[in-house]
Amino acid sequence: MRQRLAALAALLCLGAAKPVLVPDVSDSQVQIVYSFTGAELLLFGAILYPHGRQPDHPADVAVVLKGPTQSILVREKQKVAGMWLNADSARFRSAPTFYAIASSRPLSQLVDQRTAAIYELGLDSLQMSPASGAEPAEQARFENGLVDLKRRSGLYVEDSHGVAIREGALYRAQIAIPARVPVGRYVAETFLIQDGKVVAGAVREVDIGKEGFERFVTLAAHHWPFTYGLVAVALSLAIGWGAGALFRRN
Amino acid sequence: MHIYLPIAGLSVNMLVIVLLGGGVGLLSGMFGVGGGFLTTPLLIFYGIPPTVAVASSATQITGASVSGVLAQMRRNGVDFQMGGVMVAGGILGSGLGVLLFRLLERLGQIDTVISLTYVLMLGSIGGLMARESIATILAQRRGEKPRRMARRHNPLIAMLPGRYRFYRSGLYISPLAPFLLGVLTGVLTVSLGVGGGFVMVPAMIYLLGMAAQVVVGTSLFQILFVTAATTLIHAVTTEAVDIVLALLLLVGSATGAQIGSRFAMTMKPEYLRLMLALIVLAVAVRMAIGLTWRPGELYSVELG
Repeated sequence: MRQRLAALAALLCLGAAKPVLVPDVSDSQVQIVYSFTGAELLLFGAILYPHGRQPDHPADVAVVLKGPTQSILVREKQKVAGMWLNADSARFRSAPTFYAIASSRPLSQLVDQRTAAIYELGLDSLQMSPASGAEPAEQARFENGLVDLKRRSGLYVEDSHGVAIREGALYRAQIAIPARVPVGRYVAETFLIQDGKVVAGAVREVDIGKEGFERFVTLAAHHWPFTYGLVAVALSLAIGWGAGALFRRN
Repeated sequence: MHIYLPIAGLSVNMLVIVLLGGGVGLLSGMFGVGGGFLTTPLLIFYGIPPTVAVASSATQITGASVSGVLAQMRRNGVDFQMGGVMVAGGILGSGLGVLLFRLLERLGQIDTVISLTYVLMLGSIGGLMARESIATILAQRRGEKPRRMARRHNPLIAMLPGRYRFYRSGLYISPLAPFLLGVLTGVLTVSLGVGGGFVMVPAMIYLLGMAAQVVVGTSLFQILFVTAATTLIHAVTTEAVDIVLALLLLVGSATGAQIGSRFAMTMKPEYLRLMLALIVLAVAVRMAIGLTWRPGELYSVELG
């Protein structure tokens, strides 16, 4: 809210020469409970131009929702002695756990490769920091493999017509969050793009976390593993014994 | 009806899991096997991460075997001395197994080793069972009396040092033999999520030469304690026990087992064994296909 007021104030008082984005998300807290089967997140907002004048060429908007980054090891299967086994591997120090981008037009029409790389716009432009030592061709092979894998499980998404802009001033994009989404603090970035340049950007945070029973179970399994194991065994024994006793009586 | 599994980190259809448990329970009631060798692969085919499938399947087997153990105890079918030695071996085995599991996980070969072990183990046991049951069925068709095998233990067992009298089993053998057998099943339980009954029971009959009336009870007794210990070991080391998944499976299997055991009474045992052999072989073939055909996804990701 304060950020938005500041943006408005900047606009009204100083008459800034650059446009400003006023973004928001439908939900800054996505809660994973027992019935969670995924969610839809709405990223929307307004584009404020200096003096309220819209440019002759309408600007475009790209919206990115990015999960926390992880250091990961990608393994590749190869055929060895008639069987498919993990043979080769590559390490990436900062692969996002989740990455969804929506834009008002295909990204290739909006920005050149260099700009895309700077702002990490698009699945081809993710900066995953591969561990040193690998050849560029091999890195690219593993990167493509990773993106393809994540894309199929719905964790990496690119939607080239996912942002709708109304009257050149209001934009909205819907991003699907799959059920197997990793938890953590996400950032929702919005970029205003004009003539191949990013002219304004804004960031919002989204927390995705387990709540209630799911949260309790996850915490218990992690912080009190021995007790958790004992409870699992006890419950299992109780149900098994109970079912046996029930059927024996009938 | 979907439910989110907190440890597996994904949402599954509750009905599918309960029915899966029910189907496996039905078979285990019919054939007197734990069914872990079916549960784990089926969960993996359904998309549950292999480690979670293995760990939670062990938890489910604890619950699935408890009423069987109690029933066997009532009819005096458990050799507690033999069982105790096997449990001790089993706990040691699951401790060793988890180290092996971790090592293979680091090397990235755990999935391959799991599949390969399943193929070899289920293939050989399924093949032996099929051959034996077909021979019995054919012999009966020809009207021959089934040959009874002389009950005696393997010469290898007799070579082991130190002897102890196991009265209920009718054996005077080295406790090392059941101990080592326990170690082997412990390793299998922790790494494959199976109770190990389908290895244990033939070994107890053909290797140790135990009295038939205590074989199933003692095997169940060992499975109960070793799977419980395995759940604890997995909970502490891999943190992969999904309590929700295990309990859903158990609700299905506890019901299925009761129906299965009633159904089994109406069928001839050699036909039951042949059916089980075919199911075991089918799982082995499915696993072998998974190993040798080009997989749909060549890449996999792990933290590190």
